Amino acid sequence: MPSLQRVQKPTTRKGKKILLAKEPKVFEDVKKKLFLTGRKASEVLRNCSKDLYKLSKPHAVILSRKNDILPFENIVPVENLCRNNDASLFFFSTTNKKRPNSLTIGRLFDGRLLDMVEFCINDYKSFDQFTASIPAETKPCLVFSGELWEQSQELAKVKSLLVDVFRGEVIDAVRLQGLEHVIMFTATNDNILMRSYQIQLKKSSTKLPRVELENLGPHIDMVLKRTKFASEDLMKRACRTPQEAKSKPKKNVSKDALGTTHGRIHMGKQKVGTIQTRKMKGLKKTAAEKRVARKSKKAN
Amino acid sequence: MDILEDILQKEAKKSEKYKTTDVEKNVELELDLGNLLALDTNDLNLQELKSHKEKYLLNLARDNTQLLLNKLWDLPSERREDIVVAKLPAGTLRLPREKPCPKPKPLTKWQEYALEKGIKKKKKTNAVWDDIVQKWIPRFGYKKAELERQKDWVLEVPGNADPMEDQFAKKAEKKKEKVSKNEFQRLRNIAKAKKIKVPKEGLPSVANPSSDLLNTAAKVARVSTASLGKFQPKLPKEKTLKENVIAPKRVKRDHSKISSIDEKSSHLKIIDSILGKKPKLDIEKAVNRQVFQEQHE
Repeated sequence: MPSLQRVQKPTTRKGKKILLAKEPKVFEDVKKKLFLTGRKASEVLRNCSKDLYKLSKPHAVILSRKNDILPFENIVPVENLCRNNDASLFFFSTTNKKRPNSLTIGRLFDGRLLDMVEFCINDYKSFDQFTASIPAETKPCLVFSGELWEQSQELAKVKSLLVDVFRGEVIDAVRLQGLEHVIMFTATNDNILMRSYQIQLKKSSTKLPRVELENLGPHIDMVLKRTKFASEDLMKRACRTPQEAKSKPKKNVSKDALGTTHGRIHMGKQKVGTIQTRKMKGLKKTAAEKRVARKSKKAN
Repeated sequence: MDILEDILQKEAKKSEKYKTTDVEKNVELELDLGNLLALDTNDLNLQELKSHKEKYLLNLARDNTQLLLNKLWDLPSERREDIVVAKLPAGTLRLPREKPCPKPKPLTKWQEYALEKGIKKKKKTNAVWDDIVQKWIPRFGYKKAELERQKDWVLEVPGNADPMEDQFAKKAEKKKEKVSKNEFQRLRNIAKAKKIKVPKEGLPSVANPSSDLLNTAAKVARVSTASLGKFQPKLPKEKTLKENVIAPKRVKRDHSKISSIDEKSSHLKIIDSILGKKPKLDIEKAVNRQVFQEQHE
Protein backbone atom coordinates (compact mmCIF):
# COMPACT_ATOMS: atom_id res chain seq x y z
CA MET A 1 0.00 0.00 0.00
CA PRO A 2 1.35 3.50 -0.72
CA SER A 3 2.40 5.48 2.34
CA LEU A 4 0.60 8.32 4.06
CA GLN A 5 2.81 11.12 5.29
CA ARG A 6 1.05 11.78 8.55
CA VAL A 7 2.52 12.15 12.02
CA GLN A 8 -0.48 10.38 13.56
CA LYS A 9 -0.71 6.93 11.96
CA PRO A 10 -4.23 5.57 11.33
CA THR A 11 -4.89 2.82 13.88
CA THR A 12 -7.10 0.61 11.67
CA ARG A 13 -6.57 -0.76 8.16
CA LYS A 14 -10.02 0.51 7.15
CA GLY A 15 -9.14 3.99 8.36
CA LYS A 16 -5.93 3.88 6.37
CA LYS A 17 -7.82 2.93 3.19
CA ILE A 18 -10.27 5.82 3.70
CA LEU A 19 -7.39 8.26 4.10
CA LEU A 20 -5.61 6.91 1.02
CA ALA A 21 -8.84 7.33 -0.99
CA LYS A 22 -8.73 11.05 -0.16
CA GLU A 23 -5.23 11.50 -1.62
CA PRO A 24 -4.94 13.17 -5.05
CA LYS A 25 -5.18 10.72 -7.96
CA VAL A 26 -4.17 10.77 -11.62
CA PHE A 27 -7.70 9.97 -12.83
CA GLU A 28 -10.17 11.53 -10.44
CA ASP A 29 -13.48 10.14 -9.22
CA VAL A 30 -16.82 11.91 -9.39
CA LYS A 31 -16.80 15.22 -7.51
CA LYS A 32 -18.73 14.98 -4.27
CA LYS A 33 -21.42 17.62 -3.62
CA LEU A 34 -22.30 19.30 -0.34
CA PHE A 35 -25.74 20.84 0.25
CA LEU A 36 -25.96 23.33 3.08
CA THR A 37 -28.27 26.05 4.36
CA GLY A 38 -27.52 29.56 5.57
CA ARG A 39 -29.29 31.68 8.16
CA LYS A 40 -32.80 31.09 6.82
CA ALA A 41 -34.22 28.32 4.64
CA SER A 42 -37.25 28.37 2.36
CA GLU A 43 -39.55 25.68 1.03
CA VAL A 44 -38.45 26.22 -2.56
CA LEU A 45 -34.77 25.94 -1.69
CA ARG A 46 -35.33 22.90 0.49
CA ASN A 47 -37.13 21.09 -2.34
CA CYS A 48 -34.49 22.18 -4.81
CA SER A 49 -31.66 20.87 -2.62
CA LYS A 50 -33.48 17.60 -2.02
CA ASP A 51 -34.08 17.04 -5.75
CA LEU A 52 -30.53 17.89 -6.76
CA TYR A 53 -29.33 15.60 -3.98
CA LYS A 54 -31.46 12.77 -5.39
CA LEU A 55 -29.91 13.39 -8.80
CA SER A 56 -26.38 13.20 -7.38
CA LYS A 57 -26.76 10.27 -4.96
CA PRO A 58 -24.48 8.67 -3.66
CA HIS A 59 -21.88 11.33 -4.38
CA ALA A 60 -23.63 13.97 -2.30
CA VAL A 61 -24.14 14.97 1.32
CA ILE A 62 -26.94 17.14 2.75
CA LEU A 63 -26.25 19.01 5.96
CA SER A 64 -29.50 19.65 7.77
CA ARG A 65 -28.44 22.34 10.25
CA LYS A 66 -28.60 26.04 9.51
CA ASN A 67 -25.23 27.79 9.43
CA ASP A 68 -24.42 31.41 10.11
CA ILE A 69 -22.30 31.76 6.99
CA LEU A 70 -22.17 34.37 4.24
CA PRO A 71 -20.15 32.83 1.39
CA PHE A 72 -19.47 36.05 -0.45
CA GLU A 73 -18.04 37.63 2.69
CA ASN A 74 -16.20 34.74 4.25
CA ILE A 75 -15.84 31.47 2.38
CA VAL A 76 -13.58 29.76 4.95
CA PRO A 77 -16.40 28.02 6.94
CA VAL A 78 -17.75 26.53 3.71
CA GLU A 79 -14.23 25.38 2.76
CA ASN A 80 -13.86 23.70 6.16
CA LEU A 81 -17.20 21.90 5.88
CA CYS A 82 -16.31 20.72 2.38
CA ARG A 83 -12.92 19.47 3.55
CA ASN A 84 -14.51 17.51 6.40
CA ASN A 85 -16.97 15.87 4.02
CA ASP A 86 -14.41 15.44 1.19
CA ALA A 87 -16.64 17.46 -1.18
CA SER A 88 -15.45 19.77 -3.95
CA LEU A 89 -18.82 21.20 -5.08
CA PHE A 90 -21.18 23.04 -2.77
CA PHE A 91 -24.78 24.29 -2.98
CA PHE A 92 -25.44 26.99 -0.41
CA SER A 93 -29.09 28.05 -0.01
CA THR A 94 -30.30 31.10 1.91
CA THR A 95 -33.20 33.42 1.67
CA ASN A 96 -33.66 36.94 2.91
CA LYS A 97 -35.66 39.98 1.92
CA LYS A 98 -32.94 41.38 -0.31
CA ARG A 99 -32.09 38.07 -2.02
CA PRO A 100 -35.06 35.71 -1.90
CA ASN A 101 -34.40 32.04 -2.69
CA SER A 102 -30.73 32.43 -3.42
CA LEU A 103 -28.74 29.33 -4.32
CA THR A 104 -24.96 29.70 -4.48
CA ILE A 105 -23.19 27.00 -6.46
CA GLY A 106 -19.43 26.80 -6.12
CA ARG A 107 -16.45 24.55 -6.69
CA LEU A 108 -13.19 24.09 -4.86
CA PHE A 109 -9.68 23.24 -5.91
CA ASP A 110 -7.27 21.81 -3.35
CA GLY A 111 -9.62 22.76 -0.50
CA ARG A 112 -9.78 26.42 -1.58
CA LEU A 113 -12.50 28.25 -3.45
CA LEU A 114 -12.21 28.25 -7.23
CA ASP A 115 -15.52 29.60 -8.65
CA MET A 116 -18.78 30.69 -7.06
CA VAL A 117 -22.06 31.76 -8.69
CA GLU A 118 -25.22 33.00 -7.01
CA PHE A 119 -28.63 32.31 -8.57
CA CYS A 120 -32.01 33.63 -7.44
CA ILE A 121 -34.69 31.02 -8.07
CA ASN A 122 -37.89 32.57 -9.41
CA ASP A 123 -39.85 29.48 -10.30
CA TYR A 124 -39.27 25.89 -9.27
CA LYS A 125 -41.01 22.66 -10.26
CA SER A 126 -39.91 19.52 -8.47
CA PHE A 127 -39.67 15.85 -9.57
CA ASP A 128 -42.93 15.08 -7.76
CA GLN A 129 -44.93 17.36 -10.02
CA PHE A 130 -44.17 15.15 -13.04
CA THR A 131 -44.88 11.53 -13.71
CA ALA A 132 -41.78 10.43 -15.61
CA SER A 133 -38.85 8.81 -13.82
CA ILE A 134 -35.33 7.61 -14.60
CA PRO A 135 -33.09 5.06 -12.89
CA ALA A 136 -30.61 6.39 -10.33
CA GLU A 137 -27.10 7.50 -11.36
CA THR A 138 -27.99 7.98 -15.04
CA LYS A 139 -25.46 10.13 -16.86
CA PRO A 140 -27.33 13.08 -18.40
CA CYS A 141 -26.89 14.64 -21.82
CA LEU A 142 -26.33 18.37 -21.43
CA VAL A 143 -27.67 20.95 -23.90
CA PHE A 144 -26.94 24.68 -23.70
CA SER A 145 -29.22 26.81 -25.90
CA GLY A 146 -28.76 30.45 -26.72
CA GLU A 147 -25.88 32.38 -28.22
CA LEU A 148 -25.25 34.11 -24.87
CA TRP A 149 -23.46 31.00 -23.58
CA GLU A 150 -20.69 31.70 -26.05
CA GLN A 151 -20.84 35.46 -26.41
CA SER A 152 -20.77 36.47 -22.76
CA GLN A 153 -17.49 35.81 -20.91
CA GLU A 154 -19.31 35.46 -17.60
CA LEU A 155 -21.84 32.98 -18.94
CA ALA A 156 -19.08 30.91 -20.52
CA LYS A 157 -17.58 30.46 -17.04
CA VAL A 158 -21.04 29.72 -15.60
CA LYS A 159 -21.44 27.09 -18.34
CA SER A 160 -18.17 25.45 -17.30
CA LEU A 161 -19.41 25.34 -13.69
CA LEU A 162 -22.80 23.88 -14.65
CA VAL A 163 -21.17 21.17 -16.79
CA ASP A 164 -18.89 20.31 -13.89
CA VAL A 165 -21.88 20.06 -11.54
CA PHE A 166 -24.18 17.98 -13.74
CA ARG A 167 -21.67 15.95 -15.71
CA GLY A 168 -21.41 12.99 -13.33
CA GLU A 169 -18.86 10.29 -13.94
CA VAL A 170 -16.34 10.62 -16.77
CA ILE A 171 -16.83 7.59 -19.03
CA ASP A 172 -15.19 6.25 -22.17
CA ALA A 173 -18.14 4.25 -23.53
CA VAL A 174 -21.90 4.52 -23.17
CA ARG A 175 -24.75 2.11 -23.75
CA LEU A 176 -26.88 4.00 -26.29
CA GLN A 177 -30.17 2.62 -25.00
CA GLY A 178 -29.24 3.92 -21.54
CA LEU A 179 -29.24 7.61 -22.52
CA GLU A 180 -32.42 8.50 -20.67
CA HIS A 181 -31.81 11.90 -19.19
CA VAL A 182 -31.24 15.29 -20.83
CA ILE A 183 -30.86 18.65 -19.09
CA MET A 184 -31.20 21.83 -21.10
CA PHE A 185 -30.01 25.26 -20.01
CA THR A 186 -31.41 28.22 -21.95
CA ALA A 187 -29.84 31.63 -21.47
CA THR A 188 -31.90 34.73 -22.20
CA ASN A 189 -31.03 38.29 -21.32
CA ASP A 190 -32.97 38.17 -18.06
CA ASN A 191 -32.61 34.65 -16.79
CA ILE A 192 -31.34 31.10 -17.13
CA LEU A 193 -33.92 28.36 -17.57
CA MET A 194 -33.07 24.80 -16.61
CA ARG A 195 -35.29 22.06 -17.96
CA SER A 196 -34.83 18.38 -17.40
CA TYR A 197 -36.44 15.71 -19.60
CA GLN A 198 -36.61 11.97 -19.98
CA ILE A 199 -35.51 10.70 -23.42
CA GLN A 200 -37.77 8.22 -25.16
CA LEU A 201 -36.37 6.58 -28.29
CA LYS A 202 -38.99 5.79 -30.90
CA LYS A 203 -38.73 3.85 -34.13
CA SER A 204 -37.96 5.74 -37.30
CA SER A 205 -37.52 5.01 -40.97
CA THR A 206 -33.74 5.29 -40.65
CA LYS A 207 -31.46 3.41 -38.25
CA LEU A 208 -31.31 6.55 -36.10
CA PRO A 209 -34.02 6.70 -33.45
CA ARG A 210 -36.67 9.39 -33.23
CA VAL A 211 -36.20 11.30 -29.98
CA GLU A 212 -39.25 12.21 -27.90
CA LEU A 213 -39.00 14.01 -24.58
CA GLU A 214 -41.13 13.84 -21.45
CA ASN A 215 -41.08 16.37 -18.65
CA LEU A 216 -39.10 14.89 -15.81
CA GLY A 217 -38.16 17.74 -13.50
CA PRO A 218 -36.67 19.65 -11.82
CA HIS A 219 -37.52 22.76 -13.84
CA ILE A 220 -35.81 25.86 -12.47
CA ASP A 221 -36.09 29.48 -13.62
CA MET A 222 -33.18 31.36 -12.16
CA VAL A 223 -31.56 34.74 -12.42
CA LEU A 224 -27.81 35.15 -12.32
CA LYS A 225 -26.75 37.45 -9.48
CA ARG A 226 -23.30 37.75 -7.95
CA THR A 227 -20.34 35.81 -9.22
CA LYS A 228 -16.80 35.21 -7.99
CA PHE A 229 -14.52 33.60 -10.52
CA ALA A 230 -10.99 32.29 -10.14
CA SER A 231 -8.02 34.22 -11.46
CA GLU A 232 -6.56 33.06 -14.77
CA ASP A 233 -3.46 31.42 -13.34
CA LEU A 234 -5.39 29.62 -10.58
CA MET A 235 -7.75 28.22 -13.22
CA LYS A 236 -4.76 27.21 -15.34
CA ARG A 237 -3.18 25.44 -12.38
CA ALA A 238 -6.46 23.66 -11.59
CA CYS A 239 -6.91 22.45 -15.18
CA ARG A 240 -3.42 20.97 -15.37
CA THR A 241 -3.48 17.27 -16.22
CA PRO A 242 -0.71 15.02 -14.94
CA GLN A 243 1.70 13.44 -17.45
CA GLU A 244 0.24 9.99 -16.88
CA ALA A 245 -3.24 11.13 -17.93
CA LYS A 246 -2.11 12.65 -21.22
CA SER A 247 -2.56 10.18 -24.08
CA LYS A 248 0.60 10.02 -26.15
CA PRO A 249 -0.13 9.98 -29.90
CA LYS A 250 1.44 7.06 -31.71
CA LYS A 251 4.28 8.35 -33.81
CA ASN A 252 4.95 7.17 -37.36
CA VAL A 253 1.32 6.07 -37.80
CA SER A 254 -1.04 8.06 -40.02
CA LYS A 255 -4.39 7.59 -41.69
CA ASP A 256 -5.04 8.84 -45.20
CA ALA A 257 -8.32 10.17 -46.63
CA LEU A 258 -9.53 6.71 -47.69
CA GLY A 259 -9.10 5.33 -44.19
CA THR A 260 -6.04 3.14 -44.78
CA THR A 261 -3.52 3.25 -41.98
CA HIS A 262 0.05 4.00 -43.01
CA GLY A 263 3.00 3.26 -40.79
CA ARG A 264 6.69 4.10 -41.06
CA ILE A 265 9.25 1.52 -40.10
CA HIS A 266 12.88 2.49 -39.83
CA MET A 267 15.24 -0.18 -41.10
CA GLY A 268 19.01 -0.25 -40.67
CA LYS A 269 21.58 0.27 -43.40
CA GLN A 270 21.56 -2.52 -46.00
CA LYS A 271 24.80 -4.26 -46.84
CA VAL A 272 24.53 -3.76 -50.57
CA GLY A 273 27.75 -5.58 -51.25
CA THR A 274 26.58 -8.86 -49.76
CA ILE A 275 23.04 -9.14 -51.10
CA GLN A 276 22.20 -12.64 -52.29
CA THR A 277 21.83 -12.47 -56.08
CA ARG A 278 21.84 -15.02 -58.88
CA LYS A 279 24.74 -17.39 -58.72
CA MET A 280 27.07 -17.26 -61.71
CA LYS A 281 29.46 -20.15 -61.50
CA GLY A 282 32.02 -18.51 -63.74
CA LEU A 283 32.36 -15.48 -61.39
CA LYS A 284 32.95 -17.66 -58.32
CA LYS A 285 36.31 -17.26 -56.59
CA THR A 286 38.72 -20.15 -57.00
CA ALA A 287 40.58 -21.62 -54.04
CA ALA A 288 43.76 -19.73 -54.97
CA GLU A 289 41.92 -16.39 -55.18
CA LYS A 290 40.33 -17.01 -51.79
CA ARG A 291 43.77 -17.67 -50.26
CA VAL A 292 45.09 -14.38 -51.63
CA ALA A 293 42.05 -12.48 -50.28
CA ARG A 294 42.54 -14.04 -46.79
CA LYS A 295 46.23 -13.10 -46.73
CA SER A 296 45.51 -9.47 -47.69
CA LYS A 297 42.86 -9.29 -44.95
CA LYS A 298 45.33 -10.58 -42.35
CA ALA A 299 47.95 -8.04 -43.46
CA ASN A 300 45.37 -5.22 -42.95
CA MET B 1 -41.41 -0.92 -63.85
CA ASP B 2 -44.55 -1.69 -61.88
CA ILE B 3 -42.56 -3.69 -59.34
CA LEU B 4 -40.17 -0.79 -58.91
CA GLU B 5 -43.04 1.67 -58.45
CA ASP B 6 -44.64 -0.63 -55.89
CA ILE B 7 -41.43 -0.83 -53.87
CA LEU B 8 -40.98 2.94 -53.98
CA GLN B 9 -44.56 3.49 -52.87
CA LYS B 10 -44.13 1.07 -49.98
CA GLU B 11 -40.98 2.84 -48.85
CA ALA B 12 -42.73 6.22 -49.07
CA LYS B 13 -45.58 4.94 -46.91
CA LYS B 14 -43.15 3.54 -44.40
CA SER B 15 -41.34 6.84 -44.01
CA GLU B 16 -44.69 8.64 -43.66
CA LYS B 17 -45.65 6.41 -40.72
CA TYR B 18 -42.56 7.38 -38.75
CA LYS B 19 -41.48 10.86 -37.79
CA THR B 20 -38.28 12.21 -39.22
CA THR B 21 -34.94 12.19 -37.44
CA ASP B 22 -33.56 15.16 -39.39
CA VAL B 23 -33.35 18.56 -37.81
CA GLU B 24 -32.64 21.79 -39.66
CA LYS B 25 -30.63 24.43 -37.90
CA ASN B 26 -29.17 27.70 -39.14
CA VAL B 27 -25.97 27.25 -37.19
CA GLU B 28 -24.51 23.82 -36.51
CA LEU B 29 -24.40 22.69 -32.92
CA GLU B 30 -21.02 22.51 -31.21
CA LEU B 31 -20.86 19.00 -29.86
CA ASP B 32 -18.56 17.59 -27.21
CA LEU B 33 -19.41 13.89 -27.45
CA GLY B 34 -16.99 12.89 -24.72
CA ASN B 35 -19.04 14.84 -22.19
CA LEU B 36 -22.42 14.26 -23.93
CA LEU B 37 -22.57 18.04 -24.34
CA ALA B 38 -24.22 20.15 -27.04
CA LEU B 39 -24.04 23.93 -27.47
CA ASP B 40 -26.70 25.57 -29.65
CA THR B 41 -25.78 29.11 -30.63
CA ASN B 42 -28.87 29.72 -32.79
CA ASP B 43 -31.04 32.70 -31.92
CA LEU B 44 -33.88 31.98 -29.55
CA ASN B 45 -37.39 32.80 -30.67
CA LEU B 46 -38.09 35.26 -27.86
CA GLN B 47 -41.73 35.76 -28.82
CA GLU B 48 -42.53 32.09 -28.59
CA LEU B 49 -40.45 31.86 -25.43
CA LYS B 50 -42.74 34.46 -23.89
CA SER B 51 -46.04 33.10 -25.15
CA HIS B 52 -45.66 29.28 -25.09
CA LYS B 53 -42.61 28.88 -22.90
CA GLU B 54 -42.76 25.21 -21.93
CA LYS B 55 -43.83 24.00 -25.37
CA TYR B 56 -41.10 26.00 -27.07
CA LEU B 57 -38.44 24.77 -24.65
CA LEU B 58 -39.57 21.16 -25.05
CA ASN B 59 -39.35 21.38 -28.85
CA LEU B 60 -35.99 23.13 -28.71
CA ALA B 61 -34.66 20.47 -26.35
CA ARG B 62 -36.04 17.72 -28.53
CA ASP B 63 -34.35 19.10 -31.64
CA ASN B 64 -31.01 19.58 -29.96
CA THR B 65 -31.11 16.16 -28.29
CA GLN B 66 -32.00 14.59 -31.65
CA LEU B 67 -28.93 16.14 -33.24
CA LEU B 68 -26.72 15.02 -30.35
CA LEU B 69 -28.02 11.46 -30.44
CA ASN B 70 -27.68 11.30 -34.23
CA LYS B 71 -23.98 11.98 -33.83
CA LEU B 72 -23.70 9.50 -30.93
CA TRP B 73 -25.24 6.75 -33.03
CA ASP B 74 -22.46 7.22 -35.60
CA LEU B 75 -19.74 6.37 -33.11
CA PRO B 76 -17.93 3.01 -33.36
CA SER B 77 -19.42 0.38 -31.12
CA GLU B 78 -17.98 -2.60 -29.31
CA ARG B 79 -19.22 -5.40 -27.14
CA ARG B 80 -18.46 -5.38 -23.43
CA GLU B 81 -19.85 -8.19 -21.32
CA ASP B 82 -22.80 -8.91 -23.61
CA ILE B 83 -23.71 -5.23 -23.89
CA VAL B 84 -23.22 -3.18 -27.03
CA VAL B 85 -21.65 0.17 -26.13
CA ALA B 86 -20.54 3.11 -28.23
CA LYS B 87 -16.97 4.25 -27.64
CA LEU B 88 -16.90 7.92 -26.74
CA PRO B 89 -13.99 10.16 -27.75
CA ALA B 90 -12.19 12.16 -25.07
CA GLY B 91 -14.07 15.27 -23.95
CA THR B 92 -12.96 18.58 -25.40
CA LEU B 93 -14.20 20.88 -22.64
CA ARG B 94 -11.37 21.38 -20.14
CA LEU B 95 -12.72 21.24 -16.60
CA PRO B 96 -10.70 21.90 -13.46
CA ARG B 97 -9.63 19.06 -11.20
CA GLU B 98 -10.70 18.86 -7.57
CA LYS B 99 -7.23 18.11 -6.20
CA PRO B 100 -3.79 18.99 -7.58
CA CYS B 101 -1.85 16.43 -9.63
CA PRO B 102 -0.21 13.78 -7.45
CA LYS B 103 3.44 14.54 -6.84
CA PRO B 104 5.90 11.66 -6.64
CA LYS B 105 6.80 11.06 -3.01
CA PRO B 106 10.50 11.60 -2.22
CA LEU B 107 12.39 8.43 -1.26
CA THR B 108 13.09 7.73 2.38
CA LYS B 109 16.65 7.45 3.69
CA TRP B 110 16.51 3.65 3.55
CA GLN B 111 14.98 3.57 0.07
CA GLU B 112 17.77 5.78 -1.28
CA TYR B 113 20.39 3.55 0.31
CA ALA B 114 18.74 0.36 -0.99
CA LEU B 115 18.59 1.84 -4.49
CA GLU B 116 22.25 2.80 -4.34
CA LYS B 117 23.38 -0.61 -3.11
CA GLY B 118 20.93 -2.55 -5.26
CA ILE B 119 19.23 -4.18 -2.28
CA LYS B 120 15.92 -5.78 -3.19
CA LYS B 121 13.25 -6.66 -0.66
CA LYS B 122 13.01 -10.40 0.02
CA LYS B 123 9.51 -11.64 0.72
CA LYS B 124 9.46 -13.52 4.01
CA THR B 125 6.84 -16.11 4.88
CA ASN B 126 4.75 -15.39 7.94
CA ALA B 127 5.07 -18.65 9.87
CA VAL B 128 8.33 -20.19 11.04
CA TRP B 129 8.60 -23.80 12.23
CA ASP B 130 9.91 -24.27 15.71
CA ASP B 131 11.17 -27.80 16.53
CA ILE B 132 11.13 -27.54 20.31
CA VAL B 133 7.50 -26.46 20.68
CA GLN B 134 6.55 -28.28 17.43
CA LYS B 135 4.40 -25.41 16.19
CA TRP B 136 4.30 -22.78 13.46
CA ILE B 137 5.14 -19.46 15.11
CA PRO B 138 3.88 -16.43 13.13
CA ARG B 139 6.41 -13.69 12.53
CA PHE B 140 3.68 -11.02 12.89
CA GLY B 141 -0.07 -10.64 13.34
CA TYR B 142 -2.67 -12.90 14.91
CA LYS B 143 -1.48 -14.97 17.91
CA LYS B 144 2.14 -13.93 17.47
CA ALA B 145 2.64 -12.77 21.07
CA GLU B 146 1.05 -15.86 22.60
CA LEU B 147 2.94 -18.39 20.50
CA GLU B 148 6.22 -16.53 20.88
CA ARG B 149 5.82 -16.74 24.64
CA GLN B 150 5.33 -20.48 24.26
CA LYS B 151 8.40 -20.74 22.07
CA ASP B 152 10.52 -18.62 24.44
CA TRP B 153 9.39 -20.36 27.63
CA VAL B 154 13.06 -20.31 28.59
CA LEU B 155 15.78 -17.91 27.52
CA GLU B 156 19.40 -18.95 27.81
CA VAL B 157 21.79 -16.65 29.64
CA PRO B 158 24.57 -15.89 27.17
CA GLY B 159 28.18 -16.75 28.07
CA ASN B 160 29.55 -13.57 29.64
CA ALA B 161 26.32 -12.05 30.90
CA ASP B 162 25.29 -11.46 34.50
CA PRO B 163 23.38 -14.53 35.82
CA MET B 164 21.08 -12.31 37.90
CA GLU B 165 19.99 -10.32 34.85
CA ASP B 166 16.37 -10.70 33.75
CA GLN B 167 16.67 -11.88 30.13
CA PHE B 168 12.95 -11.51 29.52
CA ALA B 169 12.96 -7.89 30.67
CA LYS B 170 16.04 -7.31 28.55
CA LYS B 171 14.28 -8.72 25.49
CA ALA B 172 11.19 -6.58 26.15
CA GLU B 173 13.29 -3.45 26.53
CA LYS B 174 15.18 -4.18 23.32
CA LYS B 175 11.89 -4.41 21.49
CA LYS B 176 10.70 -1.12 23.02
CA GLU B 177 13.88 0.59 21.90
CA LYS B 178 13.50 -0.84 18.38
CA VAL B 179 9.92 0.42 18.12
CA SER B 180 10.79 3.92 19.35
CA LYS B 181 13.81 4.07 17.00
CA ASN B 182 11.56 3.10 14.10
CA GLU B 183 9.05 5.78 15.08
CA PHE B 184 11.83 8.37 15.28
CA GLN B 185 13.08 7.41 11.82
CA ARG B 186 9.54 7.49 10.38
CA LEU B 187 9.03 11.03 11.69
CA ARG B 188 12.41 12.04 10.38
CA ASN B 189 11.48 10.75 6.92
CA ILE B 190 8.21 12.70 7.00
CA ALA B 191 10.05 15.87 8.05
CA LYS B 192 12.52 15.34 5.19
CA ALA B 193 9.69 14.80 2.69
CA LYS B 194 7.79 17.89 3.82
CA LYS B 195 11.04 19.89 3.96
CA ILE B 196 10.54 20.77 7.62
CA LYS B 197 13.87 21.48 9.30
CA VAL B 198 14.25 19.56 12.56
CA PRO B 199 17.28 20.29 14.79
CA LYS B 200 19.61 17.32 15.37
CA GLU B 201 19.44 17.75 19.14
CA GLY B 202 16.82 19.27 21.37
CA LEU B 203 13.25 20.24 20.61
CA PRO B 204 12.28 22.02 17.36
CA SER B 205 11.51 25.74 17.74
CA VAL B 206 7.88 26.77 17.37
CA ALA B 207 6.53 30.27 16.67
CA ASN B 208 4.05 30.35 19.58
CA PRO B 209 4.94 27.58 22.04
CA SER B 210 2.38 26.41 24.57
CA SER B 211 3.12 26.14 28.29
CA ASP B 212 3.45 22.32 28.08
CA LEU B 213 6.01 22.63 25.32
CA LEU B 214 8.00 25.19 27.30
CA ASN B 215 7.92 22.99 30.41
CA THR B 216 9.17 19.99 28.44
CA ALA B 217 11.91 22.09 26.88
CA ALA B 218 13.04 23.33 30.29
CA LYS B 219 13.07 19.76 31.70
CA VAL B 220 15.08 18.43 28.75
CA ALA B 221 17.57 21.30 29.00
CA ARG B 222 18.04 20.67 32.74
CA VAL B 223 18.80 17.01 32.32
CA SER B 224 21.16 17.55 29.37
CA THR B 225 24.28 17.78 31.53
CA ALA B 226 26.93 15.18 32.33
CA SER B 227 25.50 14.60 35.80
CA LEU B 228 21.95 14.45 34.43
CA GLY B 229 20.87 17.71 35.99
CA LYS B 230 21.78 16.79 39.57
CA PHE B 231 23.88 19.90 40.28
CA GLN B 232 21.87 22.40 38.23
CA PRO B 233 20.88 25.57 40.11
CA LYS B 234 17.18 25.81 40.67
CA LEU B 235 14.89 28.80 40.30
CA PRO B 236 12.96 29.85 43.47
CA LYS B 237 9.59 28.43 42.37
CA GLU B 238 10.87 25.66 40.13
CA LYS B 239 9.70 22.19 41.03
CA THR B 240 12.37 19.49 41.22
CA LEU B 241 11.73 16.44 39.14
CA LYS B 242 11.64 12.91 40.42
CA GLU B 243 15.04 11.43 39.78
CA ASN B 244 14.15 8.87 37.17
CA VAL B 245 11.68 10.92 35.06
CA ILE B 246 13.73 11.92 32.05
CA ALA B 247 16.93 9.90 32.20
CA PRO B 248 16.79 6.94 34.52
CA LYS B 249 20.08 6.05 36.16
CA ARG B 250 21.50 2.74 35.16
CA VAL B 251 22.68 1.07 38.34
CA LYS B 252 25.79 -1.02 37.86
CA ARG B 253 26.03 -3.71 40.48
CA ASP B 254 29.50 -4.80 41.42
CA HIS B 255 29.10 -8.44 42.32
CA SER B 256 32.76 -9.22 43.00
CA LYS B 257 32.68 -7.35 46.36
CA ILE B 258 29.73 -9.17 47.97
CA SER B 259 30.65 -12.37 49.86
CA SER B 260 28.51 -15.47 49.60
CA ILE B 261 27.53 -15.24 53.32
CA ASP B 262 26.29 -11.66 52.91
CA GLU B 263 24.41 -12.57 49.77
CA LYS B 264 22.71 -15.51 51.49
CA SER B 265 21.65 -13.43 54.48
CA SER B 266 20.26 -10.66 52.26
CA HIS B 267 18.22 -13.18 50.27
CA LEU B 268 16.86 -14.84 53.40
CA LYS B 269 15.91 -11.44 54.74
CA ILE B 270 13.85 -10.79 51.59
CA ILE B 271 12.11 -14.15 51.91
CA ASP B 272 11.35 -13.59 55.59
CA SER B 273 9.83 -10.19 54.88
CA ILE B 274 7.55 -11.71 52.25
CA LEU B 275 6.53 -14.95 53.94
CA GLY B 276 6.88 -13.99 57.58
CA LYS B 277 4.50 -11.07 57.43
CA LYS B 278 2.53 -10.67 60.59
CA PRO B 279 -0.81 -8.90 60.36
CA LYS B 280 -0.56 -5.28 61.38
CA LEU B 281 -2.29 -4.56 64.63
CA ASP B 282 -4.21 -1.36 64.83
CA ILE B 283 -4.09 -0.84 68.64
CA GLU B 284 -6.54 2.03 68.69
CA LYS B 285 -9.12 0.07 66.77
CA ALA B 286 -8.69 -2.99 68.98
CA VAL B 287 -9.06 -0.91 72.15
CA ASN B 288 -12.14 0.85 70.82
CA ARG B 289 -13.70 -2.43 69.91
CA GLN B 290 -13.00 -3.88 73.36
CA VAL B 291 -14.51 -0.83 75.04
CA PHE B 292 -17.62 -1.06 72.85
CA GLN B 293 -18.04 -4.73 73.69
CA GLU B 294 -17.66 -4.12 77.38
CA GLN B 295 -20.21 -1.31 77.25
CA HIS B 296 -22.81 -3.51 75.63
CA GLU B 297 -22.32 -6.48 77.87
